[in-house]
Amino acid sequence: MAAIELQDVRKVYAGNVEAVKGVSLSIPDGAFAVLVGPSGCGKSTLLRMVAGLEAITSGTVSIGGRVVNDLEPAERDIAMVFQNYALYPHMTVRRNLEYGLRNRRTPAEEIARRVDEAARILDIAGLLDRRPGQLSGGQRQRVAMGRAIVREPAAFLFDEPLSNLDAKLRVAMRAEIRRLQRRLRTTSLYVTHDQLEAMTLADVLVVLNAGRIEQSGTPMELYERPASLFVATFIGSPAMNVIPHGAAVAAGLVPQGAPEATLGIRPEHMRLVEGLAASGDEAVVDLEVSGVEVVGAESYVTGRLGSSAVEISVRVPGHSRLEPGTPMRAAGGRAAFLRFDPQSGARISAVSGA
Amino acid sequence: MIERDAAGRALAHLVLIVGVLIVAFPIWYTFVASTQSVETILRPPLPLVPGGEFAENYGNAIFGGMSRIGGVGVGTLLFNSTVMALGIALGKIVISLLSAFAIVFFRFPFRMACFWMIFITLMLPVEVRIMPTYKVMVDLGLIDTYAGLILPLVASATATLLFRQFFMTIPAELVEAARIDGAGPLRFLRDILLPLSKTNIAALFVILFIYGWTQYLWPLLVTNDNRMNTIVIALKKMVSFADADTPWDMVMVTAILAIAPPVLIVVLMQRWFVRGLVESEK
Amino acid sequence: MPKAVFPNRLLPYLLLSPQIAVTLVFFYWPAVQALWQSMLREDPFGLKTTFVGLQNFSNVLADPAWLNAAWTTVVFSVSTSVLSMGTALLLATAAEKVLTGKAFYRTLLIWPYAVAPAVAGLLWLFMFNPAMGTFAYMLRDAGLAWDPLLDGDQAMGLVVVAAAWKQISYNFLFFVAALQSIPRSLLEAAAIDGARSGKRFRTIVFPLIAPTSFFLLVVNTVYAFFDTFGIIDAVTAGGPARATETLVYKVYTDGFVNLDLGSSAAQSVILMAIVIALTAVQFRYVERRVHYG
Ligand SMILES: Nc1ncnc2c1ncn2[C@@H]1O[C@H](COP(=O)(O)OP(=O)(O)O)[C@@H](O)[C@H]1O
Ligand SMILES: [Mg+2]
Repeated sequence: MAAIELQDVRKVYAGNVEAVKGVSLSIPDGAFAVLVGPSGCGKSTLLRMVAGLEAITSGTVSIGGRVVNDLEPAERDIAMVFQNYALYPHMTVRRNLEYGLRNRRTPAEEIARRVDEAARILDIAGLLDRRPGQLSGGQRQRVAMGRAIVREPAAFLFDEPLSNLDAKLRVAMRAEIRRLQRRLRTTSLYVTHDQLEAMTLADVLVVLNAGRIEQSGTPMELYERPASLFVATFIGSPAMNVIPHGAAVAAGLVPQGAPEATLGIRPEHMRLVEGLAASGDEAVVDLEVSGVEVVGAESYVTGRLGSSAVEISVRVPGHSRLEPGTPMRAAGGRAAFLRFDPQSGARISAVSGA
Repeated sequence: MIERDAAGRALAHLVLIVGVLIVAFPIWYTFVASTQSVETILRPPLPLVPGGEFAENYGNAIFGGMSRIGGVGVGTLLFNSTVMALGIALGKIVISLLSAFAIVFFRFPFRMACFWMIFITLMLPVEVRIMPTYKVMVDLGLIDTYAGLILPLVASATATLLFRQFFMTIPAELVEAARIDGAGPLRFLRDILLPLSKTNIAALFVILFIYGWTQYLWPLLVTNDNRMNTIVIALKKMVSFADADTPWDMVMVTAILAIAPPVLIVVLMQRWFVRGLVESEK
Repeated sequence: MPKAVFPNRLLPYLLLSPQIAVTLVFFYWPAVQALWQSMLREDPFGLKTTFVGLQNFSNVLADPAWLNAAWTTVVFSVSTSVLSMGTALLLATAAEKVLTGKAFYRTLLIWPYAVAPAVAGLLWLFMFNPAMGTFAYMLRDAGLAWDPLLDGDQAMGLVVVAAAWKQISYNFLFFVAALQSIPRSLLEAAAIDGARSGKRFRTIVFPLIAPTSFFLLVVNTVYAFFDTFGIIDAVTAGGPARATETLVYKVYTDGFVNLDLGSSAAQSVILMAIVIALTAVQFRYVERRVHYG
């Protein structure tokens, strides 16, 4: 059990590629932290520096109060789960689980105890004598988890461990990982590009963009109070509607001469209205329906804002039967609109209510 | 299926049978000759089926009779060939495995220089540098030694390239998992890389064993003492059409004994051999 | 290539050292010596050595005996490659066509690969030598003046057949692999389009196995250049009257029998250049098919 501290960690690859540009982050003992961001933003690099698989260009990484910069991966008291599982193909599941412990000269009874316990927790006791090649994707995933668990490490590191599973299994394993972490209370750092996965797993959600932390906090903090346009659009599905200043003025959302700002509003904060039925503290926009996405209990209606190319998506309950081309009117509470600096993307409006 | 025509398939079988007959006939002919008396061999045409001297000829060759030719028993010759073939096969496998391991799993100054230095040896078979290599052997006192038979042929790039290519297909995560599991490079080599390379090693072993066993020019040069001859060299030295005393029955037996071990290895290890051959050249 | 690498600094050099040592001692040193020797001339008694620059090379290239050997090598290589590859392709096509017995045929066809070239030569010599060969006897019975020990063309024919025989297995296995890698759907599509089997072979199979054929052509040429030394030494020793003296054989006789070291070294260097050119051609081909990381 240990907290993980990163202080101004940088990574410059050969060829002067700066993949991580000064990241400071502290993950409390026992917390589940999720690093999320688009592909190539440096998530894996950061995780691998914590694991000791990549040299740290500058800054410090400490695990449980101990600076680990110069320690071998095996000396850092961590365990890692890889996207492709990285099970040793020629060893049985049992040998796979045992390998790290044997290398540490753990006594045989202790090894047996831990393997049996991990097998029980993960429900893989029946697979111990098989080879990885004889397992399904989900079973391999469990074995990879088991290999991490038996080590009883100070921290778990995960690099997109669910990306190779099909959608249904992914949801199930996601819940299982969460349950397991709650139970073991082992500090975890989890990397994914899937914001939904990130939202559902994280105690601490960290959004990474181009090698920098955009924002970190609880998932709901980030959802409701995104620090930047990047976070606002990255977190949440479907994405937040973004209305550039010009389009907002043209649509009458903001008065002529108001300070420049990009507006953002989530689809679920808008509704379709008939005529002028909007209430006083609501802003109203006229749209022309361009598409309807029915996701089951609700639908998302997308409409073009005036003559601009801006599209706005509105959540409506039930099965919407609007035809493309029909005009419609949408309203959203003024307080639900967020304002962002058009240059830096930083949020400038305070968030009221919510 | 496309080919429904039975006639076409029958023709194919015919072609294959004729092919097999042509391919196998020289060996069969020699085997038949090895079971005949010298008189029968010298009076063509040779019968098409084995004669009655099998036990006598082979017994003679193996238990002493051969010693009258060059004073060396067939056992010694087979032993020399085996040492040379095994030495070359195992030597090449070991040094290539280690060097490919270094080149793929480490980063160090002059890595690519080392790779190219090894790679270039691919281009020069021993035949084109025999004179100076021979001189090196003389200078090092390696004439008539097993080391002299083996070492110069151990320097070759093929096996290194093959291992390198195979190692590069190993996922990076496997190495990382091993490092996190506390395996250093040598432990990784022993516990993970070697077991995963088993089939490659087996395939390479067959090919290199054959390569070593069938060497001719090099053992011819580097051995003066008949007791260091390989069976192939000894066989060649026995054959003389000018000499009326040539013991043809012994020659035929020696030829069969020179062929049998590598043929057996190829046939018995066919699966690895075929895979290794076709893959290593790609 | 794995980006995860071990951080050790010294270990990789230790791991490389055996191969580097062997390569330096038995490859680079001799190769440099060959280069150096090729620019020296020794007097007939080996007492005095003079530096002659490229003199040996121009002598070699102007020497009718060398040119003869070069021509012999070309004839030998081309005949051997064509004969061996043609037979192997025929057998491989047949093997692809039969439904039963594939493994059986293959087992019987791969033997020659394991036979040493020198022994391969002797096997054919046993059958065709005028003193006791059954086939020599039959040919003479049929009225043919068969004596490969006296007739240059017959000698060449014999070494070509022996060399091609030895190489059939190798070519066969590669052609089988190439034929197997042709997608069945392609052949089926052609069959549906009404192409008959002869036409299918010409328009689909042949273009698809062309890369393999080209690769084999290079391999067979290199084989005929170097690996057949044993065949020639065992069957004809370069005779009669140098009719089967190939370039490699001449390097050997000039160096070890005639003791003309400078000339032999110059010939070695020329051969090296030829191999390097052949390997480069082959490597370009390999590069196109396999991507190194
Ligand atoms: N070994 C490397 N050498 C050079 N650049 C690299 C290396 N590994 C990753 N990068 C670069 O660093 C950036 C971040 O990569 P990575 O951490 O893998 O991103 P993510 O995991 O977020 O998709 C990318 O631009 C990538 O191209
Ligand atoms: Mg990644």
